[in-house]
Amino acid sequence: MPLPIEIVLFIFLLTTAVVIARLEDLFAAAMLTGIFSLLSAGLFTIMDAVDVAFTEAAVGAGVATVFILCTLSLTAKREYQQPTRILPFIVVGITGAALIYGTLDMPAYGDPDAVPHGHLSAKFIEIEEKAFLSQDKHAAEPAQHGSGEKAVGLPNIVTSILASYRGYDTFGETAVIFTATIGVMLLLRTRRREKKVSPPNRDQMETTS
Amino acid sequence: MQWLGLWHYWAVIILMMIGLYIVIARDNLVKKVMGLSIFQVSVIMFYVSTGKVEGGTAPIIPEGGHDLVYSNPLPHVLMLTAIVVGISTTALALALIVRIQEAYGTVEDDELNAIDGAAL
Amino acid sequence: MRMREKIILRVVSKAFIPFIFLFALYIQFHGDFGPGGGFQAGVVFAAGIILYGVIFGLDTMRLAVPERLMEYGIVLGLILYGGVGIVSLISGANFLDYDVLNAHDPTHGQHLGILLVELGVGITVTCAMTTIFYALAGRGEK
Repeated sequence: MPLPIEIVLFIFLLTTAVVIARLEDLFAAAMLTGIFSLLSAGLFTIMDAVDVAFTEAAVGAGVATVFILCTLSLTAKREYQQPTRILPFIVVGITGAALIYGTLDMPAYGDPDAVPHGHLSAKFIEIEEKAFLSQDKHAAEPAQHGSGEKAVGLPNIVTSILASYRGYDTFGETAVIFTATIGVMLLLRTRRREKKVSPPNRDQMETTS
Repeated sequence: MQWLGLWHYWAVIILMMIGLYIVIARDNLVKKVMGLSIFQVSVIMFYVSTGKVEGGTAPIIPEGGHDLVYSNPLPHVLMLTAIVVGISTTALALALIVRIQEAYGTVEDDELNAIDGAAL
Repeated sequence: MRMREKIILRVVSKAFIPFIFLFALYIQFHGDFGPGGGFQAGVVFAAGIILYGVIFGLDTMRLAVPERLMEYGIVLGLILYGGVGIVSLISGANFLDYDVLNAHDPTHGQHLGILLVELGVGITVTCAMTTIFYALAGRGEK
């Protein structure tokens, strides 16, 4: 049974997305992408993904909007009016229909017996629950480790998986942020370096470039 | 009506398609990035919705909480990583757009094509 | 600088920014027990710094948060993360296996490892977001 608030949030999200698509004022559209992220964070909370909601609210509504606004201040504030073309609608319609056809085989939303909840996820939850709750009772006794089952023993299972079970993954993610920042610096920081060069050299550089 | 349980996925797919429409139909590059971020949020939402368990709670174990049903934490972890990669790629795309603006004086796709066509 | 005249923005943001930082630290170190973690904390921390920069101008921001420091921070966080992995490797376990970080109790080792690793992620994300903001906003000020 769908909660009314889910329907309301989805309607808000769809409206915001359509308005973003139609707006020609890019500043307003940038603010609306922030609102879009905030609304989706609300939906993530209903779907029990509190960590994802937290991240989406902080990233989408905070930092990403600031970055887009910074870019807009350097480029155009408005986009040109353009005629509505029919081809994109056809492409999008066909893609959407194919995707919806693909969902027909999926388990219903919230189905406890769905395939993704078995295997590894069930194991993670089982191990962590046992480890954390047994830790509670006898703090001195090391939890679970004698039995050969490794456990983290933290209440937040998402953090346990993120930082310990899938530590490699998170290491890669940190490396991605690092690489992307290096890329941004390489793309945008040339001016500052030129400023440091002494005046005659700089003139030379400007004429040669 | 077994399909009624699937309406979450459909709503997410409609959102996704609006994002895709912005990416392919709008000429402004910053607008394309916005469409891309809508698309990204929709994909994340799709993954997270597959992890929801009816009657479950967020995967955080309370003190002394026995016999609770938790939603699947694995999609949450994967999507956390996806959001991080998303903001990184967005920042990189915006940096590229700034450089394109400086080199061409415009960020409209059709004008860029016209300039490139004239240069050839 | 029209922003100098917006006294309400300046006063309110000055009052809010310490609490944003405090909240970020709470997310960082309470992430093991509730929602949150290094990434969220890093973004919130960076948002506080960026708010300061937006209200008071880039030059003031450079005095408070030197650009060079942020650039080192990106590397420092990644090295902290990788360093934890190397330490566990030297201690005879697999890469990023935190069990060996505490000789007596593997669970405490796990907790210590997660704390350090999340701290590394938090530092990297804070510094990366601030650096990207410096790069994008600094481009426009010349």
